[in-house]
Amino acid sequence: MTVSIEGTTVGPGVADGSGPATGAGPSGRSGRARNLRAGLMFLAPFLVLFAAFYLIPIGYSIVESLRTITRTSTFGPVQEVWGGFVQYEAVFSNAQFWASLRRVLVFFLISVPLQLGMALVFALLLDSPVLKGKRFFRLAFFVPYAVPGVVAAIMWGFLYAPQLSPFTLIAQNLDLLGPGLVIFAIANIVNWVYTGYNMLIIYSALQAIPTELTEAARIDGAGQWRIAWSIKIPMVAPALVLTGVFSIIGTLQLFNEPLVMRSVSSAVQTDYTPNMMVHAAANIPNYNLAAAYSVVLALVTCVLSFTFLKFTQRSTEKRAAG
Amino acid sequence: MTAATLPATRHRASKQNPVSVAAATLFMVIFTGYFLAPIWWLVVSASKPRSELTTATGLWFGDSFVLPQNVAETLTFDDALFLRWMLNSLIYAGFGGAIATLIAAMAGYGLSKYVFPGREAVFNVILAGVLVPSTALALPLFLLFAQVGATNTLWSVLLPSCVSPFGVYLARIYAASSVPDELLEAARLDGAGELRTFFTISIRLMAPALVTIFLFQFVATWNNFFLPLIMLQNSRLYPVTLGLQTWYSQIGHQPYLLLSVIVGALLSIVPLIIAFLMLQRFWRSGLGAGGVK
Repeated sequence: MTVSIEGTTVGPGVADGSGPATGAGPSGRSGRARNLRAGLMFLAPFLVLFAAFYLIPIGYSIVESLRTITRTSTFGPVQEVWGGFVQYEAVFSNAQFWASLRRVLVFFLISVPLQLGMALVFALLLDSPVLKGKRFFRLAFFVPYAVPGVVAAIMWGFLYAPQLSPFTLIAQNLDLLGPGLVIFAIANIVNWVYTGYNMLIIYSALQAIPTELTEAARIDGAGQWRIAWSIKIPMVAPALVLTGVFSIIGTLQLFNEPLVMRSVSSAVQTDYTPNMMVHAAANIPNYNLAAAYSVVLALVTCVLSFTFLKFTQRSTEKRAAG
Repeated sequence: MTAATLPATRHRASKQNPVSVAAATLFMVIFTGYFLAPIWWLVVSASKPRSELTTATGLWFGDSFVLPQNVAETLTFDDALFLRWMLNSLIYAGFGGAIATLIAAMAGYGLSKYVFPGREAVFNVILAGVLVPSTALALPLFLLFAQVGATNTLWSVLLPSCVSPFGVYLARIYAASSVPDELLEAARLDGAGELRTFFTISIRLMAPALVTIFLFQFVATWNNFFLPLIMLQNSRLYPVTLGLQTWYSQIGHQPYLLLSVIVGALLSIVPLIIAFLMLQRFWRSGLGAGGVK
């Protein structure tokens, strides 16, 4: 598999970074044997843990999702047997599962464009000569990222509560935790935590643009808006793609914030997001069904991330060619 | 920014239209309020006596400032349960982060400095691991730990936190650019073993990357919620996120927990904010490596 982010191929391409000098010196038989031995020695600890806590669980998940529970008779002992795609049929025919997927899609549309759009605007301002006190703003906007999602949700939960909130005018007149608005309330929590983080990723990319480029545009009479629009934004497109992929993965995994909100909002049920359905199925406990949910969710995540990457790659290439 | 470019920037800044400057600053100040007000509210509320937390709380301190008493009460409540949670989080995130960093650094270094058959295949499988959502792993991990009777133990949360595929990626890139092959060759000629060279020379050259990997893993584990939620039943093993959520969900029945949750939320974010402020430059370089490379 090759993950290609922003035109730099992460994968075989990275090897080029180490250059032809890698394993330099005696490239004879002894050098090659030494490379293999040493390489494996350095990799072994990681690979053992990676296998134990990544590969085996993934494989186990897939196996479990293909099994099912039966009883030999009405009151007989429970038995786990091969079930083929029984669990997957249950997943795909479950209206609640589709509803939860639709919900995170709506959530994505509410949260991500605004989040990345604001992050881009903040990053551009931090990078422009118009703004002063950049160090302060950069830090202030990034601080929420230090707040764990669960704690952020608890904190905002208090701010949304009509009796407690310091923002009485809003909290008492709008039912922020009701069925209509709670999705916006959760989106606000997520955006509060991650906007500054995305801002820093985009800002790092902006800092990497050669000054000569913007300087030349400025001398040619381009204003800050024009420089931002025609030079800076296209140049940071790869960073935007990266933050977009992180957002897709993050949205599909949505769990912590809605789970916390469940304590204060009756509008959030145990089937609110796909991940909450995994948790609910595991609590029954129906591990086979929960495993099938996990596998489907992981596949959806991978497919969407890759589609997004390919799609954005093609459009960047097209722009580069045209 | 280098010293040479600084005067030019100043010159440019001075030429900006004052209206634009004011508008941009106002815009950013408003959003500073948005990002900091919730934390400010937490500080203010944690400083109030319980009786003042039943009505609209406001954004300023109450009549009496009782933060120290509130902190003491929260820390000692229920046999110092909260202190235990903080300590657990520190163990999970601290040890998990340290071990993850060391083995990811070794793996990244191995992938960068030694050419052997199957190297790229191994690297690509590890990279695929970056895209696997950690929540998809929690359930099968629970089932596997259950088979060896190890759920509801410290290990069930600590061990899975020792693996960072992203760390391997970062370490490989960094080792490729910061550890010269000539240096390794020289060490070899001097008769040093490969491991010894790594631990005495290379690891120092890779130090900035190591700090970044550690920070990422520390924060990821500190924020982790799904895995402990699934693995742990014993509340004395909870990390602080799970503990606070448990208290929060009980406020309806036990209103006196409200104060503990507010103070606990504040205490839980203080260590991370301090770490962030102190280690900013590492963060920025790490984000840069992820986003720009």
